[in-house]
Amino acid sequence: METILFLTHTEADGSLSKAALETLAAAITLRQGLSGASLAVGLVAADDAQAAADSIGGCSAARFLAVTGHDFATARYATDAAAAEALTQASGATLILAPGTSRWARCLAGVAQRLHGRADTHATAVTVEDGAPAVTRWYYRQRIEGVSTRAQRPAQQPAPQPAQQPWFILLEPGSGEPWQGAPAHAALERVPVAVDDRLRRTAFSGWRAPRTDRQTIRPEADLLLVAGAGWTKKQADGQTHPADAERLILGFLQLAQASLGGSKSLVDLSGEGQAVLPFMTHLNQVGQTGSTPRHPKGLATCCHGEEPHVVGWRFINERRAINLDPNCGWARGKADVLYVADAFAVMERLNQILADERQTGQA
Amino acid sequence: MNSGYQIVVCAGIVPDPLQTLEPVSGPAGPVLKNETMLPAILDPWAAHALYEAAHLAAESPGSKVWLVSLGPKAKLQQVMMTVAQKAAFEFVAVDGAAGGFTEAHDVAAALAEAIRAIAGLDMARLLLFGGWESASRGAGATLQMLGEQLGIVDQFQGVDELRVRPDGALEILERVEGGRHQLSVCVGPPAALGWATGNLPEPRNNPQIGMANLRGVMPALQRAKPFRPAADGARFLRAAAPRQQRETRVVKDLDPAEIAREIAAWISKN
Repeated sequence: METILFLTHTEADGSLSKAALETLAAAITLRQGLSGASLAVGLVAADDAQAAADSIGGCSAARFLAVTGHDFATARYATDAAAAEALTQASGATLILAPGTSRWARCLAGVAQRLHGRADTHATAVTVEDGAPAVTRWYYRQRIEGVSTRAQRPAQQPAPQPAQQPWFILLEPGSGEPWQGAPAHAALERVPVAVDDRLRRTAFSGWRAPRTDRQTIRPEADLLLVAGAGWTKKQADGQTHPADAERLILGFLQLAQASLGGSKSLVDLSGEGQAVLPFMTHLNQVGQTGSTPRHPKGLATCCHGEEPHVVGWRFINERRAINLDPNCGWARGKADVLYVADAFAVMERLNQILADERQTGQA
Repeated sequence: MNSGYQIVVCAGIVPDPLQTLEPVSGPAGPVLKNETMLPAILDPWAAHALYEAAHLAAESPGSKVWLVSLGPKAKLQQVMMTVAQKAAFEFVAVDGAAGGFTEAHDVAAALAEAIRAIAGLDMARLLLFGGWESASRGAGATLQMLGEQLGIVDQFQGVDELRVRPDGALEILERVEGGRHQLSVCVGPPAALGWATGNLPEPRNNPQIGMANLRGVMPALQRAKPFRPAADGARFLRAAAPRQQRETRVVKDLDPAEIAREIAAWISKN
């Protein structure tokens, strides 16, 4: 029988993130699908985890455990791993579900190693197949989707092999609906963790936010604009127009409140110090060695390339592209609509329309 | 002050991303169709780690870089012909097939054994580098597990910058949510750093460095210990490449103003 631990950390304000609540919903569904399974909650928080525990008190978990203290206020491998290790052992968990935040992604595979278990990260779904948990995730940079389990074949034993427990699963944020239930008082059990100087060799020193005038991929935006290397190429007049490209792209981002992604080739040009679109960095990069954002809509401009690069917008629901090449692999079969046109001309007019709409709205 | 770093870069090899990848069933789970025929490259994020390691070693006298790689000997040899020209390192090879469907735990164990066997390795000077994720499994798990096996509790993932302070402390920028970086300060080695793209461009090929490196590559390949993943790893129920093909409406010969109006309407539509 499985003991499922929903493992999460609180945010700076003591609340639980949307990604955490999505994982909780997945943990509850998993418990319902596994015969005889039980659910526990494990929280890591700076001061008092009671409010966070109460906020999910109605989730029908059998136990609520917490590691708290100033040492756990910010992300640090040594202390986060110690907290996760302690909560896993205190709960007797065989299966741990945690949100795939940068904080947990940094340490939970290491904790699995420490506890002689296994880890599966970037899971996009956790289901029950043949009475056992199964994880869906992508391989080869979103190009192959696989479903795997750590249970033996049903004919042998419908439970994970002991050598593969505890089994840590990190669920990708945005993969499911967040848990929505009533708060209730939770009987919180404190789990002590000894933190010595060995675990404090690293100190959190702050955040570095991008400059306010620098656009990066913003997951909360409704629209992703993907800029390709075509913006830096010679245009019909035989000249390049990087200044116009910058004005049009940044203007569109401001007017449409869009998120900015870039193809690898465009981002690499910036990294090599060429005087082209200096606001593009590797933080904008989508695709093979970039991110695979999940915006509702995506507009690709001047993007070229085949399958490996197109994964950058595989998870965009509605896709349109502006491109001079009607047979470009980035758009054909990948976009819903392909406009065969000059992106400079279209974006100029599009920005005018959006500016007019904004003025009308303000009036 | 230290007398330089001992930087061990763990870097796998992956199929060239321009190749079409298709999973097929193998005796122990899914494998890539014609995997042995696919041209290979050094894992992109791990390659960034190598460039950063070479840069740090050049700035820190007394430092040395090892490149530890697990892959089939023939492919490692092919990849090293290119990589050896990029940065100076001593090569350590582990011979075996390790792709996206191989258990990270097993790979970490093999790498740990190879690293422990490096003569004269000083844990007090060790910086363990690698990519924050591979382009094959993409789990970000191997380096953490390897760090644990080597007893390293200062680990960082998604690293874009490493600066050494005058007192020897390490200032590290890690990617976190919202396009931000977390800045941490670590008192010094040992530490494990999973690199994102960093800030350095790919170095130009340097034939002199290449010749020096390649003198050690063949002996390293001959010494390579075989890798065989354990049989108790994850059991794959299925693996497939998505076949989603959209019916693309191709709009030609439309005035840019008309296109702009259509896109504007689409953007504003809920």
